[in-house]
Amino acid sequence: MNWEAFLVFAFFFILVTVLGFVAARWRRGDLSTISEWGLAGRRFGTVVTWFLLGGDLYTAYTFIAVPAAMYGIGALNGFFAVPYTILVYPLIYLIMPRFWSVCKQHNYVTAADFVKDRFGSRGLALAVSFTGILATMPYIALQMFGIQISLAALGVPLTFNIAGLDIDIPLLVAFLILAAYTYTSGLRAPAMIALVKDIMIFIVLFATIIIIPSKLGGFGNIFSAAQAKAQTPGSGFNDLLASGNYVAYTTLALGSAVALFLYPHSQLGVLASNERRVIKRNAALLPIYSLMLGFLALLGYMAIAAKVTPLAGFGANGAIPALINQSFPSWFAGFAFAAISIGALVPAAAMSIAAANTFTRNIYVEFIRPKADLKEESQVAKLVSFVVKFGALLFIVYIPTVQVINYQLLGGIWIMQILPAVFLGLYTRWFNRWALLIGWLAGMVAGTTMFIVAGQKSIYAIFGIPMYEAVSAVVLNLVLAAVLTPVFEAIGARRGSDATHPSDYLEAYAPVEPLERGEQAFS
Amino acid sequence: MASRPSDSNRNRNGARKGRRWFLLLLAVPFIVLLWPPFYNFRDPMLAGFPFFYWFQLLWVVITALITALVYWLDV
Repeated sequence: MNWEAFLVFAFFFILVTVLGFVAARWRRGDLSTISEWGLAGRRFGTVVTWFLLGGDLYTAYTFIAVPAAMYGIGALNGFFAVPYTILVYPLIYLIMPRFWSVCKQHNYVTAADFVKDRFGSRGLALAVSFTGILATMPYIALQMFGIQISLAALGVPLTFNIAGLDIDIPLLVAFLILAAYTYTSGLRAPAMIALVKDIMIFIVLFATIIIIPSKLGGFGNIFSAAQAKAQTPGSGFNDLLASGNYVAYTTLALGSAVALFLYPHSQLGVLASNERRVIKRNAALLPIYSLMLGFLALLGYMAIAAKVTPLAGFGANGAIPALINQSFPSWFAGFAFAAISIGALVPAAAMSIAAANTFTRNIYVEFIRPKADLKEESQVAKLVSFVVKFGALLFIVYIPTVQVINYQLLGGIWIMQILPAVFLGLYTRWFNRWALLIGWLAGMVAGTTMFIVAGQKSIYAIFGIPMYEAVSAVVLNLVLAAVLTPVFEAIGARRGSDATHPSDYLEAYAPVEPLERGEQAFS
Repeated sequence: MASRPSDSNRNRNGARKGRRWFLLLLAVPFIVLLWPPFYNFRDPMLAGFPFFYWFQLLWVVITALITALVYWLDV
C-alpha cells in the first residue's frame, strides 16, 4: 500500500464526511418531512443547483466507464458521451421548467406523483416508480465500483479475512459513512459535498490535460497512437466512425440525452431548485461539465499512447487508474483517487435519496400504508435510502464487475420506457392510461430481450442497422401507446381524470421559494 | 393553488410570444451533431486533435452560447 497517497485520500474523505454532517445544520428546516429531507425544501438557487446537478449527473460512469470505453473500443462507445451531454441541455431548457412548475404547484416529489394525477392511474404511477428504482440500483452499484477501483489503485487490500469470512472492509466503511450522512442530512449532504467534488475534479482535469500530454509528446502523438490501434487488424477499435455505425452513434447520443432526466436523481436536482429560471440558467451553465467530460474521455487515448498495463482484475476499467499512478507523484495520485471516489459518493447519495423518495411516496404510502403521516413518510424514506445503498453494496461485492456496467446500460434502456408517460405527459394527456401501460411493458420486455440477444451489449441491429436499444424499444413503446389509445377508448376503457390544470405548467403561475445559500450551514 | 399572474408578467408574456421562434435555435445542435457525415473526418487537424474530436468539443461551447442567448432573449 502506498501510504503517502492513502493519507491524502483519507484526508479528503474525512473532510467530505464532516461536510456531509454539517449539511444537516445548513438550514434548520424540519428534516422530518420528505420535502425537506429529500428535496431540501425546494430552495436551491443557481449556484448550489449548478454544483449539485454537476456533481449528480457526472458520475463514476463519466470518470471510469467512458474513458475505459475509449481505451478499449474507441470513439463509438466512448465519445458519443460528448454529443450526448451537449444535446441534453437544450432538452432540459425546453422540458424541465414545465416539469418543475407542475410539481411545485401540486407539491409532487417524484415523476410518479405527477403521472398518477395526470393520467388518473395508480398502476401507471407504480410502473414509473418501479422503473425508476430498478434503473437506479445498478447505477448506484456502478458508483460503488468507482470507489472500489480507486481503493484498489491505492493498493488498499479490498478484502480482509475475519473469522474465516472474506469481508470487503474498506468498501463497507465508505458505505457506512455515506449512509450515515445521507440519513441525517438528506439532499443537503450531496449538495454540499458536490462543491468539494467538482473543485477536486476540475483540478485533476487541468493537471491531467497539461501534464500527461506533455509527457507523451503532445495530443498529436496521443491521437496517432489511437489511430495506430484502430489500424491494427482485429483490434475491434475505432477512432473514427465506420459509416455503418452512424445510426448507432447518433441513437446512443440522442437516446442517452433524452433518458438522462427521466432518472429520479436528475429530477431530484431540478425539483430542489427554487424557481424555473434557475433551471434555464443551468441549462446554459452546466455544459462546462460536458467540456470536462470530453477531455476526461481522452484519458482513454492517453492510456493507449502511454502503453499502460491496466490494473489487474478490472479489465479496461483498470487502464485510467494505472495511467494516473504512472503519470503523477503518489500524493497527487491520492488526490486524484479521492476526487474519483468523492465523485462517486455525491451521485450515490442523490440516487439513493431519489429512489427512497419514489419508493416511499408511490409504493409505501400509495399501496401499503395509505394513512402514514408526514413524519412516518420521511422516516421510511430515510430507511429505504439505507436499504437501497446496502443492496447496491451487495450487488458490487457478489456480482462480477463487468456485469455491473452491463446492468447500468440495461438501466438506461429501462428508464427510457417511462418517456411517454412522463415527458409526453407534460404536453398532452391524449394517451390512454392502459395503452401507456402496455407500451411500457412491451418496451421493457423488448429492450431487455435485445440486450440479452446482443450478448449484453446496448447496440442491436434493427432491419440490419445497428442502433441503441433504448431508442428502438421506446419507438415500439410509443407506437403501441398511440395505436392502442383509440382502441381502449372504443371499448370503453376510458382515460383517467386529470387533476392538473393547463396553467399549472406555465411560468406566470409558478411561485418562488426563498433562496437557500451555502454559507448558511456554517453560521 | 395558482395565483393570478401580475400585470408585468402578462406584458412580458406578450413580448415573449413574438420571440418564440428563437426557440428553433435550440434545434441547431441536434441537426449538426446527429448527422455524423458532417464531422466524421480526420482533417483538418487542430492542435493535434482530428476534426472529429475538436469539432464536437467546439459544439459544447456553441450549444452553451445558443442556450444562453435563448435565455437572454427570455423565451
